[in-house]
Amino acid sequence: MNISRRGALKVAAFGAATATGARKAEAREKKTAPADATGMLYDATLCIGCKACVAACRDANDLELEANSVLYDDPQDLSANTCNIIKFYDGEDQQSFVKQQCMHCIDPACAAACMMGSFQKRQNGIVTWKPDRCIGCRYCQVACPFSIPKFEWNSALPAMVKCQMCLAKAGTTEAGQLNEVGQPACTEVCPRHAVIYGPYEELKAEALRRIADEPDRYEDHVYGLDEAGGTQVLYLTARGVPFSKLGLPELGPEPVPALPVGLQHTIYKGFVAPVAVYGIVAGLVWRARRQQDEAGEEVGG
Amino acid sequence: MNTAHGVPTPVGGKIMTPVMKLCLALAGITAVLLIYRFLVGLGPVTNMTDGHPWGLWIAFDVVTGTALACGGYAIALLIYVFNKGKYHPLIRSAILTSALGYTLGAIGVIIDLGRPWWTWKLPIFFWTWNLDSVQLEVALCIMLYTAVLWIEMAPVFMERWEQEDDKPKLQEFSRKWTPILMKAMPWLIALGIVLPTMHQSSLGSMILLAGPKLHPLWLTPWLPFFFLVSCIAMGYGMVVLETMWSRTVYSRYRETSILSALAPAMVVVLLVWIGVRLFNVVASGKTGYLFNLDRFSMLFWAEILLFAVPAFILMMKPARPDKNRYRLFLAAGMMVTGGMLHRFTAYWFAYNPGEHWNLYFPSMFEIFVTVGLIAAEVAAFMYIIKKFPILTGRPSAALPT
Amino acid sequence: MVLPTLDSPPFDPTGLDRRDFVKVCSMAAAAVGLPTEAAAAFVENIQAGRKPSVIWLANQECTGCTESLLRTSHPRLDELILDLISLDYHEALQVAAGHQAEEARKTAMEENKGAYICVIEGAIPTKDGGIYCKIAGQTSIDMVREVAEDAGAIIAIGSCASWGGIPSAYPNPTGAVGAPEVLEGKTVVTIPGCPSNPYNFLGVALQYATFGTLPELDALGRPKFAYGRYIHEHCPRRAHFDAGRFVKQFGDEGHRQGWCLYQMGCKGPVTKANCSTLNFGEVSDAWPIGIGAPCFGCTEKGVGFTIGKFETVEISEATPPATYPPIFSEREGPNPWATMALGGIIGGAIGGGIIAAKKVSQPSEDEIGLGEV
Repeated sequence: MNISRRGALKVAAFGAATATGARKAEAREKKTAPADATGMLYDATLCIGCKACVAACRDANDLELEANSVLYDDPQDLSANTCNIIKFYDGEDQQSFVKQQCMHCIDPACAAACMMGSFQKRQNGIVTWKPDRCIGCRYCQVACPFSIPKFEWNSALPAMVKCQMCLAKAGTTEAGQLNEVGQPACTEVCPRHAVIYGPYEELKAEALRRIADEPDRYEDHVYGLDEAGGTQVLYLTARGVPFSKLGLPELGPEPVPALPVGLQHTIYKGFVAPVAVYGIVAGLVWRARRQQDEAGEEVGG
Repeated sequence: MNTAHGVPTPVGGKIMTPVMKLCLALAGITAVLLIYRFLVGLGPVTNMTDGHPWGLWIAFDVVTGTALACGGYAIALLIYVFNKGKYHPLIRSAILTSALGYTLGAIGVIIDLGRPWWTWKLPIFFWTWNLDSVQLEVALCIMLYTAVLWIEMAPVFMERWEQEDDKPKLQEFSRKWTPILMKAMPWLIALGIVLPTMHQSSLGSMILLAGPKLHPLWLTPWLPFFFLVSCIAMGYGMVVLETMWSRTVYSRYRETSILSALAPAMVVVLLVWIGVRLFNVVASGKTGYLFNLDRFSMLFWAEILLFAVPAFILMMKPARPDKNRYRLFLAAGMMVTGGMLHRFTAYWFAYNPGEHWNLYFPSMFEIFVTVGLIAAEVAAFMYIIKKFPILTGRPSAALPT
Repeated sequence: MVLPTLDSPPFDPTGLDRRDFVKVCSMAAAAVGLPTEAAAAFVENIQAGRKPSVIWLANQECTGCTESLLRTSHPRLDELILDLISLDYHEALQVAAGHQAEEARKTAMEENKGAYICVIEGAIPTKDGGIYCKIAGQTSIDMVREVAEDAGAIIAIGSCASWGGIPSAYPNPTGAVGAPEVLEGKTVVTIPGCPSNPYNFLGVALQYATFGTLPELDALGRPKFAYGRYIHEHCPRRAHFDAGRFVKQFGDEGHRQGWCLYQMGCKGPVTKANCSTLNFGEVSDAWPIGIGAPCFGCTEKGVGFTIGKFETVEISEATPPATYPPIFSEREGPNPWATMALGGIIGGAIGGGIIAAKKVSQPSEDEIGLGEV
């Protein structure tokens, strides 16, 4: 074997650097909702599937109609034209509707992915997208565990599209009212108040209260309290209709960015490791070149 | 040291061979196709969807393509970190392959981006940098490394330009800049070793953000380690493949003894990879996934086999030289394939956005563009080695003018 | 025969000619979904002089259901009462009054024992012995029980007679209930509505009169041909509901466009009736939703006169259209040509690799000369 003991040690050093990162991946602090966080509470037991919210969302965000069949507008899923959708669960014993839109995570994977911060938690903790820095790499789509951000595939100037809780022209309205009516269009229009908008802490308390008051009506779990580090959109479902049947994925309490970002920060903390390694390697290169030069070997670069 | 085989010289000869014509044709058609792609957007020409936002272009052209271009890195490690000067004859073609490979990788990124017009902001608008983003580090690192690679290639071009008496401006330019570059070279070489270490491992960290959508056998904090070690393995593999192939085609000395000497290093790298991979699966309690007989377990064992078989082959050196070359070439091919499969799996097969999203498969357009980009790279490679002193010398003939 | 208008010739009490008469019977049969053979049977029956006897009781009622019967034209009420049935007792329409009226009733009951149709209109008070409604000194509850005893068929017309209607609304001071509650054990056909659609009544009455049978009834005694579906399931504005287009205020843009009235408190989703398909007054769209007012749920106990007019309701049985998105939609599969192409390329690469391996392995003269083999 040609590898010397010194060489083997060097290999071990490289390996140890990445391995250390592997072990200390929990170096990332757990994030909590901002103090002025607002959110939505969707109670599937109250929803009648009228889709007033779907129509209102289209209107409020100037989205195009989407005809998938003979109907003039029947989106089948969230898309570049649909930020909010109601879907129907037709189970054997029970039926339910479910509203799907961005969950406005407390530790959003999309914001952790985005290189120049196009996706970010901004006003009231609402996750919004700014077009002036987005290069359309779609890493946010890879990251989101709920598969929410949608891309305008059929446009030469594509944007990323998702619910932004109707922040009027997100990015330019930094402070003040959410929009003209002070709440997202979907919560404003719902005739049964199945989805409501308000301060996150109040909605959390309301959700827990509803379960405590009517334990036979609801599954004993508020979806979004812990999932993926917590989301600002909370869900209640009817007893007997598990959240997974409604398309809400089963997720642990660990935020999605915890692993890769923790890993990255551990390895590159303060940029110390790369600089140190560079110093060492530069030294080794000097020495190698000098020795090889002296030995008459070709040092062509 | 036999200088007859140690000095790199241009291959010379006809540029527009049939193979070159074919490559240029494919590249030309691809260029036209890409104009169309930028006019209509990605949707009409690719099969990428919101469920599978990254397809062939990212999984292969970028992630795998840059790993295939790690020959320069792998050889530089040996020559400069482990002080093994005898591998010098390999370095120029390895760096050229790396430079071309990374450039094609960068082009691959650009054609995959939805809004490439803001790319220039990335290296400049440092106050907007999101330090949480793994991709930020990968992107900046790759941009810098690609530049470093071409600067490392610069002395090679200038060596040739210095001899071009009919182009005095080029001569002057080369004469002025060569000594400056040679002084800076150690710093650049060091960068050329640190940067790929950073971004090749971070390519592994990057896909971990897929979180629950990534199969548990690939969702591990050790993935950056696996990506790094396998890219070194792929680098050696590519150097062997490319060295043996180009020297055979252009009747050059095949450097068999040097390549043979690489074998122990390759074995170490392969065994380390396999060992840590298996240990990681067992230690994290994921052995259950190994024997499911589903496509994930098959892919896992395919990866292991594609690294284990070459390691086994490389540990035995056959006496006959042609058998020796054969085993080197095959082992290299398997290593490269194994590394490619590992990356493909992490970025494509093991990425599952949900049962209701059908399996992604690239469109004809995507496949053709990938082939076209590879053809462009091959064409550029052929042109450069014919014009510039890259490949080490002829066994017997005089050096060409 | 044309529908009567203001310019129609005045009513001729001498009766119809045979052709018009057959037409009347056909329309009556068609209106309630009986086959055309039924019309012939009606004609036969009546010509044979077998007009069924009808005893029509009035309790706590506004007489609206009778009034709505007046608005029919096929058959017209006059044709009905003079030619098709023998209306032997009806407090609003009969000529007689006082003791003579009661005598006529008792005589008819005797003569047609077991065969007459007992129609009940209006709720029946039960509190304090039922003294809150008395006819000729007899409480409603007693009269109803007396008449129902020997009836061939019992039909409760209108919500009041079916389940109590307005009089039974909170706080229900008179203890008003519907006929089925005071006639336990008896089959009571209920035709709720406020008013009920007269054709629902006519259909049942004529079927009994001709064939001696009653239509299929649900658990509450309502004929399924009329009360088998929710208004929501058969509403012409349903498409607007499904598309999320709602009236938010009377007179707004949506209201002018005829959008869904759910948010204005329409009780269509919880109300079973056939108003949407069998309009009132024989004028197209002459029903609440048709003229832009939310359904009130007048046929349903617990809905009409109970839930606020503009209060929205839950939808207990969701019946979304087939195009409604499911939780997981079907997606397209990969293109076989692309698969073949890629497979070909990969296969080619592997094959090429093996061939290349052979080629690069060949020994070379020059290298042997250099001692490197």
